Amino acid sequence: MSTAVAQNRGLGAVIWDYLTTVDHKKIAHLYLVSGGLFFLIGGLEAMIIRIQLMEPSNNFISAGLYNEMITMHGTTMIFLAAMPIIFALMNAVVPLQIGARDVAFPFLNSLGFWLFLFGGLILNISWFTGAPDAGWTNYAPLSTTSPGHGVDYYVMGLQISGAGTLIGGINFLVTIVNMRAPGMTYMRMPLFTWTVFVTSTLILFAFPALTVGLFLMMFDRMFGSAFFDVALGGNAMIWEHLFWIFGHPEVYILILPAFGAFSEIFSTFSKKRLFGYSAMVFATVLIGFLAFMVWAHHMFTVGLGPIANSIFAVATMAIAVPTGIKIFNWLFTMWGGNIRMNSAMLWSVAFIPTFTIGGMTGVMLAAAAADYQYHDTYFVVAHFHYVIVGGLVFGIFASLHYWWPKMFGQVLNEALGKWTFWLFFIGFHMTFFIQHFLGLIGMPRRYWTYQEGQGLEVGNMISTVGAFLMAIGTLVFIYNIVQTAVKGEKVSGDPWDGRTLEWTIPSPPPHYNFKQTPLVRGLDALWVEKSEGKKGMTPAEPLGDIHMPNNSILPFLMSLGLFIAGFGFIYQVDDKMWLILVFIGMGITLGSMLTRSVKDDLGHHIHKEDLEKGAGE
Amino acid sequence: MSNEDVLNPKEMPHEPEKATLEGKNKFIGFWFFLGGETVLFACLFGTYLALNGSTMGENTPEHLFGLELVFIMTMLLLTSSLTSVYAMYHMKNNDFGKMQLWLGITVVLGLGFLGCEIYEFYHYIHEYEFTFRSSAFGSAFYTLVGFHGGHVLFGLSWITALMIRNARRGLNLYNAPKFYIASLYWHFIDVVWVFIFTVVYLMGKVG
Amino acid sequence: MRGWMGKFRSLILFGALTLFLSGCGVENMTALKPEGYGANLLFDLMMISIAIMLFVFIIVMAIYTFVLIRYRQKKGQEDYIPKQTEGNKALEIIWTVIPIILLLVLAVPTVQATFDLADTGAKNDEDALTVEVTGNQYWWHFNYKGQEITTSQDLYIPTGERVYLDLKSSDVIHSFWVPSIAGKMDTNPGENVNSMYLEAYEEGVYWGQCAELCGPSHSLMDFKVIAVSQEEFDQWVEDMQNVDPKAQPETASAQEGQELFNNNCMSCHAIGSGGAGIAPNLTNFGNRTMIAGILEPTKENLVDWIVNPDEIKPGNQMPANLVSEEEASKIADYLLQLKHSEVTPESAGKNNQE
Repeated sequence: MSTAVAQNRGLGAVIWDYLTTVDHKKIAHLYLVSGGLFFLIGGLEAMIIRIQLMEPSNNFISAGLYNEMITMHGTTMIFLAAMPIIFALMNAVVPLQIGARDVAFPFLNSLGFWLFLFGGLILNISWFTGAPDAGWTNYAPLSTTSPGHGVDYYVMGLQISGAGTLIGGINFLVTIVNMRAPGMTYMRMPLFTWTVFVTSTLILFAFPALTVGLFLMMFDRMFGSAFFDVALGGNAMIWEHLFWIFGHPEVYILILPAFGAFSEIFSTFSKKRLFGYSAMVFATVLIGFLAFMVWAHHMFTVGLGPIANSIFAVATMAIAVPTGIKIFNWLFTMWGGNIRMNSAMLWSVAFIPTFTIGGMTGVMLAAAAADYQYHDTYFVVAHFHYVIVGGLVFGIFASLHYWWPKMFGQVLNEALGKWTFWLFFIGFHMTFFIQHFLGLIGMPRRYWTYQEGQGLEVGNMISTVGAFLMAIGTLVFIYNIVQTAVKGEKVSGDPWDGRTLEWTIPSPPPHYNFKQTPLVRGLDALWVEKSEGKKGMTPAEPLGDIHMPNNSILPFLMSLGLFIAGFGFIYQVDDKMWLILVFIGMGITLGSMLTRSVKDDLGHHIHKEDLEKGAGE
Repeated sequence: MSNEDVLNPKEMPHEPEKATLEGKNKFIGFWFFLGGETVLFACLFGTYLALNGSTMGENTPEHLFGLELVFIMTMLLLTSSLTSVYAMYHMKNNDFGKMQLWLGITVVLGLGFLGCEIYEFYHYIHEYEFTFRSSAFGSAFYTLVGFHGGHVLFGLSWITALMIRNARRGLNLYNAPKFYIASLYWHFIDVVWVFIFTVVYLMGKVG
Repeated sequence: MRGWMGKFRSLILFGALTLFLSGCGVENMTALKPEGYGANLLFDLMMISIAIMLFVFIIVMAIYTFVLIRYRQKKGQEDYIPKQTEGNKALEIIWTVIPIILLLVLAVPTVQATFDLADTGAKNDEDALTVEVTGNQYWWHFNYKGQEITTSQDLYIPTGERVYLDLKSSDVIHSFWVPSIAGKMDTNPGENVNSMYLEAYEEGVYWGQCAELCGPSHSLMDFKVIAVSQEEFDQWVEDMQNVDPKAQPETASAQEGQELFNNNCMSCHAIGSGGAGIAPNLTNFGNRTMIAGILEPTKENLVDWIVNPDEIKPGNQMPANLVSEEEASKIADYLLQLKHSEVTPESAGKNNQE
């Protein structure tokens, strides 16, 4: 939708349109905006943490508030920033890459977003009443005995947004299985689509473990059960296992789509086909499979015994092999290419050494016994920021620069893009490289403060300065977005000399994406046509009516109901009157579900004649 | 609207649940969903197995469970799975009336199962004072079996809603996938129960 | 791209420099200067893994640098279309097989070390020294098994001997970590007891920390391991076994302090090997390296701590303002003169200035 049209329609109509939309492109916008906002909140929390740790025995914030800060920083960044921005990219790109007009379940797509948003709101509303303070891992019994309602907000918020994620995962699985354009076999799918496919599978099999863990936590805290209460025979280890059975695959859920995006970017800006495509697909699937075999490497020090520790250590090391295959394939994609160095490519190029360091420390951590020294120190903090920021956040920045024209019809400013990159990149390494050493010289993670004379002053100061550089870089990026939007320069459908299907249609794409479904004749479908001197794709069907789904407010209402019920669950511990909210909320949700079930929703058609006139563009 | 014609063909295809793209999406999407549900129940089973010895010295599984009632429940649920197969058989033959009849029987059997389960819980709570809060075993038992019971309740509501909604208009390509996945859900519930019967009741009684 | 690489290189230099500036951390707290068997074993394992990983990193960076310099787009070549290579079997096999070999090389010492450190079977031998360690919010309780010695915060061990630890928790999960002697191990609530061992090579006072988030004062849950020679340790054991909890102090102020202590503090604290174990055992308190694990052992600090514990360790269980400042001063006099052993942190030779 162009800004001009939006202005003509009035603000109310635009808001209503976004509340009810089932269009994957608009849902991508919703995910991106809300994920971006949560990213800023999480970043602010990170800055407060770094200010507190700037000098020894600092009292910038109190110990209790500090624990809330680290908990919310981790939870927000993983669940409310990284996941939704990935979903934004999935929504914006995957249907276009496979030549589909929408996802398999547009209604569920919208529901997934609203569930995520309301879950995220619950979690952040806790700032006004006392935030969760048991770490993002929320280990029992610290979490089950945490006073106040902070952990309750954590449980309800993640449960609701987790349900949204699960729905999204199923949606993309079915979309990729069923909705590919004619000729697009699995081994012709762009690598980004492949990684989304594997990521969705991981979501499907990992999130239910979190769901169960959160239910048990909820029952223990709100209804007096005894899963984690040793006094009644409970076992706190169950939470750790369930959390990491979810939590480890979650890391790959986050990183795989970034791998996919980098593959597209390296290939496009080297003007070369991806080196070792089938090996890349194989490595992606293998990483996804191994993701479920290694969760206990987060638990080397809990006392599982040497046999379990050894098995999980070796299994974890095995992941380095497919990851290494990917690194070399990326290098050799560029080898012999014609490398154009713009912002998207800068982030991708910077990713390789950064992620290699993260992978190296990953293998070091996998050595079970050595982890007795690394575990829960700043070494681990450094490691996972190297993989998650160096892999995923770099990936998000790269993807946004790369796909921004497709999503919004404008190219982000190159000069500002480079400023963002250098500030963020230098700041990142300053912040986190030194933390490896802080950990090794004895600084455990989640430390509110450290004592003078422990040799930790210099490192922490450097780290804090670096964090400020990252913050400034992020602000420059936001300025870039605003400036680009204000300028409003339009861009063609294919600004990068692209290779895949999304570059065959206008930017931003019309409501129905493809006027005629394209016929795919090989990997890098557009490139195949270009190399034969053709301008665009051969259509696979004659021009005809296009069937599109109807908008609906029901997903919003269903999520709103759960949001209301969430507060009922949290506060019924204090006073049973709050159960009224549970009934009202569940009533709204179940009522909306019933409405959805009994009211036929057949969708509508865009007619051939209108298509020829260019309607909907 | 041309949709109407597409969804109500003169002659119903052999597999009406997979005749449209929407139907195919629902079909495969629901299988994926059941995959996720499997992990959910696997985690609950894991938790149960970790805690089924934590009885705090009273109300052990051996002491509590009576196999007679559980056997009846198993029979009810297994039979209801079979009747839902009949319903789907008639759906494929486009015999709406018989489909509704067999679904009705399924619902009745399911209600019987649910009644037994409520009675069972009531019995444990009042005769043995064995509750959700008694011990970690109590929490794990009621959570696992209760989750399954919740699924049964949801399945019954779903099938009933579908039967009522479509009672007057009969079968078409729009609602056939809905009936089909509801019956898939019902089978899944049945399979989970077989595991509960084995792991919770039989192993509890024997082990 | 040269600028990019230059910056990257200066970054590494920068990191190395800061590392140099801060040394390898404080002598008695760093994992990089191992002073005990476990830490030494783990240090070697770290070095093997770093060596292997650096080898890989250098190869990656060499290819990377070459590719970016050689194949960057040159002026006038904007339209050049390179050959669309699909892949290369031989290369792909190489970079699959070599990492597997490297990882196997690393896996062997890893598994060895893991089993080595888990070998606590000897803890039940008659002459083995086993200490039961209990993590509490936010202090450490040490019970020497079969010795009738109970103490807190300062753990005395003999050098050159394996001291076995049975680790558990009275509340939430903590983690026991003395970086320069051994790796860490969690303390779990309930029956789930973990075991590990400490073996210090040299005499010294080693810094210990809690490494699992356990509440607001998680970062203040420090403790010390004091390694002394075998003779000194035997002396310490004898002294500790012969503590007279009711011994009368010399000064009048301390005597009043004793009375106040008995009336106000004894329901949680204890002196001698008995006691409730709800709060730290204060035997030999006058010889402690720190007050509450984090304050210099001065009278002023002790009074502050007794009157306002929550300001020093937020969230801890000791009630505030239980006694007046004046009373606290007397209690402090009493506690600071509790020197039950001649073996003190000073006996531990080097590193005793902490």
